[in-house]
Amino acid sequence: MSDRMLDPGIAAGRLEPEQLSGNFSDLHPPLDDHEALVAADRCYFCHDAPCITACPTSIDIPLFIRQIATGTPEAAAETIFEQNILGGMCARVCPTETLCEEACVREAAEGKPVLIGQLQRYATDTVMAQGVHPFTRAAPTGRQVAVVGAGPAGLACAHRLSMHGHDVTLYDGRAKPGGLNEFGIAAYKSTDSFAAREVDWLMQIGGITLETGKRLGRELSLAELREGFDAVFLGIGLGGVNALDLAGEDREGMRDAVDFIADLRQAEDLAGLPIGRDVVVIGGGMTAVDAAVQARLLGALNVSLVYRRGRERMNASRYEQDLAAAKGVRIITNATPIAVHGNGAVREVEFEYTDDALTPTGQRFRLAADQVFKAIGQTLEGPDLPELDGRKIAISGAGRTSLPGVWAGGDCSAGGDDLTVTAVAEGRDAAEDIHASLGAQA
Amino acid sequence: MADLTTNFIGITSPNPFWLASAPPTDKEYNVRRAFEAGWGGVVWKTLGEAGPPVVNVNGPRYGAIYGADRRLLGLNNIELITDRSLEVNLEEMTRVKRDWPDRALIASLMVPVNEDSWRDILRRVEDTGCDGVELNFGCPHGMSERGMGSAVGQVPEYVGQVAHWCKKHSSLPVIVKLTPNITDIRKPAQAAKDGGADAVSLINTINSITSVDLDLFSPEPTIDGQGAHGGYCGPAVKPIALNMVAEIARDPATRGMPISGIGGVTTWRDAAEFLALGAGNVQVCTAAMTYGFKVVQEMISGLSQYMDDKGFASVDELVGRAVPNVVNWQDLNLNYVAKARINQDECIKCGRCYAACEDTSHQAIAMSEDRVFTVKDEECVACNLCVNVCPVEGCITMEPMAAGAVDPRTGEVVREDYANWTTHPNNPGKCAAE
Repeated sequence: MSDRMLDPGIAAGRLEPEQLSGNFSDLHPPLDDHEALVAADRCYFCHDAPCITACPTSIDIPLFIRQIATGTPEAAAETIFEQNILGGMCARVCPTETLCEEACVREAAEGKPVLIGQLQRYATDTVMAQGVHPFTRAAPTGRQVAVVGAGPAGLACAHRLSMHGHDVTLYDGRAKPGGLNEFGIAAYKSTDSFAAREVDWLMQIGGITLETGKRLGRELSLAELREGFDAVFLGIGLGGVNALDLAGEDREGMRDAVDFIADLRQAEDLAGLPIGRDVVVIGGGMTAVDAAVQARLLGALNVSLVYRRGRERMNASRYEQDLAAAKGVRIITNATPIAVHGNGAVREVEFEYTDDALTPTGQRFRLAADQVFKAIGQTLEGPDLPELDGRKIAISGAGRTSLPGVWAGGDCSAGGDDLTVTAVAEGRDAAEDIHASLGAQA
Repeated sequence: MADLTTNFIGITSPNPFWLASAPPTDKEYNVRRAFEAGWGGVVWKTLGEAGPPVVNVNGPRYGAIYGADRRLLGLNNIELITDRSLEVNLEEMTRVKRDWPDRALIASLMVPVNEDSWRDILRRVEDTGCDGVELNFGCPHGMSERGMGSAVGQVPEYVGQVAHWCKKHSSLPVIVKLTPNITDIRKPAQAAKDGGADAVSLINTINSITSVDLDLFSPEPTIDGQGAHGGYCGPAVKPIALNMVAEIARDPATRGMPISGIGGVTTWRDAAEFLALGAGNVQVCTAAMTYGFKVVQEMISGLSQYMDDKGFASVDELVGRAVPNVVNWQDLNLNYVAKARINQDECIKCGRCYAACEDTSHQAIAMSEDRVFTVKDEECVACNLCVNVCPVEGCITMEPMAAGAVDPRTGEVVREDYANWTTHPNNPGKCAAE
């Protein structure tokens, strides 16, 4: 432990640069050639394989693994990319333990699934390292499609539309494309600027014009987009953040976890990134875990993740919970925040224990806190959106909204898990539906 | 622990595991290490005529076939007989035999097909104190181009002739090593017996090209861009070897002739199978070349445990036990009816049985929405393919139907009596049932 870890308050440089670079290196180092062959040999090439069914993008997993096993990772990558153009990122961030690998028959047989995620990364990394883009555009159709949001849904949609020969204008409100791949997600899952490299690689398809700094409701209006384009796809994610609605929520040191993660992802020098000595994360999803683990990795002495319900209700997978615990995060469940104490800056957060029905028990406790990250969910923001279903854009079929000519997918649309891989599937399927509808109009 | 002491044509060894004539037995250093590790006997790598020894290639001698995780399944070689001088080999053999009197030491021999050559080498070999000789009529590469090795083994008359010379000019037991590169293995075996040989050993290696380099367009192993066929051995050849051993063990003309079983013996279980099919001992090469000499310790402990479990007091009680059950197809009981059974508790729902049966067999496995796989008895012919492709051992079994039950596939009652093709009504050449 370095001396600076004991410094109270929020401070930069709690750990030495070497420690930081070790902490933020690849969570799962890539498989080498031999490891990949050994792992691939374990696949049984199941009939109508359960792993394919479990994959939101329906990648033909047994086929790509067999292609790896026979020494053709390039063919394997093409099998993956045909279904999921962001197969490289999904190989890194998918909660495989609750998707393909949970369904793997070797999980049932031995509790040790085939390493599908790591094999997918092996194949996709191989092709991306070669700089090869395995797809080409169809003849131009002359059709123009606006894709709003350059996150996983928008990128997948734009790529598929471009493959079909349509011209795509891809808008994003931030200065860089990638969405949560670039600004969300723990840094140790996407090292060496992978998100940016993946976008560059994807854009090799051509026919996609990227326009950054364009946000719906500010620089862009949905009405104008509908006017100017043959179709519009909304993949705008969830721009807003839920509030705790507590007294003292505005105290210094209170932050949204998504902002902390975005700053961390964009930081040139992690040693310059300030972090509290005593950090409290409120929430139970992947964002909460990513924030808590990275706070520890930056050198926070005490990190507590507090969730109001029981552990089994946490949105973060068991694997992620265990990862957090292994990194020294204390997980407290069945506790609801009721007050933020301090004098200007936060000093303590007060919680009350609740039962599983969220009924307060009257038992309270306080946690010391220099810094509090709120990760209790994000919300859809923006004016003049299509009709909502609850708090998200209502869709029918492959992402059709209530507005003719407008499709939506990814986190902003109703239905499906808020996962990268789900967003890719929705973007891809909407693109196919847009393509079909444009063809029908011709 | 069972006594594994073996007496093979008068040659005793503490266990039935001998190292075959091959690179592991090429010199004193290796053979001493083998005996220290526990091998019961060694067939010294083939000796040639006196004079300048043969030369080997200076590039790769081996090629391989792999299973999962680079498990070596088959090995191919283009090495020739010993490339060290006859004198050095004989001196070393003498020293080793003197220091290891309880182990079997056999000299493998290969000289041109003339009586003088064989007489001369036999005299010199006898002086080493070795326990017997093995005539290498099997080597399929290099030496065969010079009229030796398999070029002899493929002509039964030559086999018998040389065996005869060897018995005539030496008192040592003579084993004839057979090549599998022949249509009917029984013919050279019978010739060896007729020539007076004490035993046969088989199989030697099988003509093979292990693979082709798809950049050089050359067979592997590749020597300066070219390759020659080699001799194939290792686990992959065991089924071929087992059949040939059984053919000799059950043929009336050769029945009872001692056999030294060779071909892919890798574990104690492989060895026990050769013994059950009539081999009096086994010879091993590839397993040692893959894992080192220590593998013999697993073979010894495994065979001992098996014999204890079975209550066999000596290896002889196991030898040949399966031979009476090796029959011709026409003798198989056509009234025996079995059906596949899938143990749902063991099933991991991979669906390989379904794919195999549905695509390539009899459409006898049903698959439900929730991936429960069940056998359709009305379609199942008990072909066993589902058992073979199932990754879980023991999950799918073939269960015989009881006599008196109705086979849902044929609608016929399963009969208790035995009936085979020879009396079947569909057989145009059937003979009347007696």
